[in-house]
Amino acid sequence: MIRQSDRKRSEIRTYVTGYVLALLLSAAAFAAVRWQHATPTSAFAVVLALALAQMVVHFRYFLHISLQRSARDDLQLVLFSAVIAGLMVAGTLVILFDLKARMS
Amino acid sequence: MSADEVRQAGLELGRNDLLTHEQAGSAIFGFWVFLMSDAVIFALLFATYGVMLPATVGGPTPADEYKLVPTLIETVLLLTSSFTFGLASVAMKHGASRRQLLGWLGVTLILGIGFLGMELHDFMIMFSDGAVPSRSGYLSSFFALVPLHGLHVFFGSVWIVVMMVQVLTFGLDARVKVNLQRLGLFWHFLDVVWIAIFSVVYLQGMIQ
Repeated sequence: MIRQSDRKRSEIRTYVTGYVLALLLSAAAFAAVRWQHATPTSAFAVVLALALAQMVVHFRYFLHISLQRSARDDLQLVLFSAVIAGLMVAGTLVILFDLKARMS
Repeated sequence: MSADEVRQAGLELGRNDLLTHEQAGSAIFGFWVFLMSDAVIFALLFATYGVMLPATVGGPTPADEYKLVPTLIETVLLLTSSFTFGLASVAMKHGASRRQLLGWLGVTLILGIGFLGMELHDFMIMFSDGAVPSRSGYLSSFFALVPLHGLHVFFGSVWIVVMMVQVLTFGLDARVKVNLQRLGLFWHFLDVVWIAIFSVVYLQGMIQ
């Protein structure tokens, strides 16, 4: 029974860690825009980097995607979907902005 | 494979019943496939939004319409609801009282509804400024993307109510536990989509 309650406590700690990290990363992104010092491009780059870090935190601490062998199917599915989404988003943006530049 | 190993990413079940684990494994993996195809839909709506962003045709612009504080409050509401759902799944897994599980689900539901209320309020303000979907390409793509996430949160909230009723009528049998796991994945996934929305849509729009 003691072991069971230890496991419970460590799982709650996982969620608390994820929550605190997610809050900090969100706050940092909002602060970077509220008190903006950098140029628009680099401010947006900072926001995107923080968003990526926060997504990793959510997948790791809330969705329990990890490098353990038992979770690897899900990890591969997530990474594959990320590649597909990245290709489609980047491809759309490149092609359409190129067309726009040619038309203007 | 030792019993301690995580058999399935997501919210694992208790570790008593091997058969349940195997069935739950494929049920949960199937749900992951659904979530990732949903993610692809969102990704393409983000691409559309990125392309349409300059197409304001003299109408309202992102800088006119987005406000920092409401977006921050919505973010905190949704983040906290993800955390309380996590506590609900810990309560489910470790056989805490049914009241505790229902309590955390209830808190999650209230936070979700609070998020939806704030988002609808934002849209109302945008409408009263004349920022309606038919005004420009930018606004069409905005209202295709952001309310679709809101619709997901709405159906997630309905699903929470359904699961509360299932817990009350069937108790915590294996089927109800798997359903709760899937709902958990769905709810945490919505939070991930919201990260992309507040970063790419709202914060990008407010950068000067």
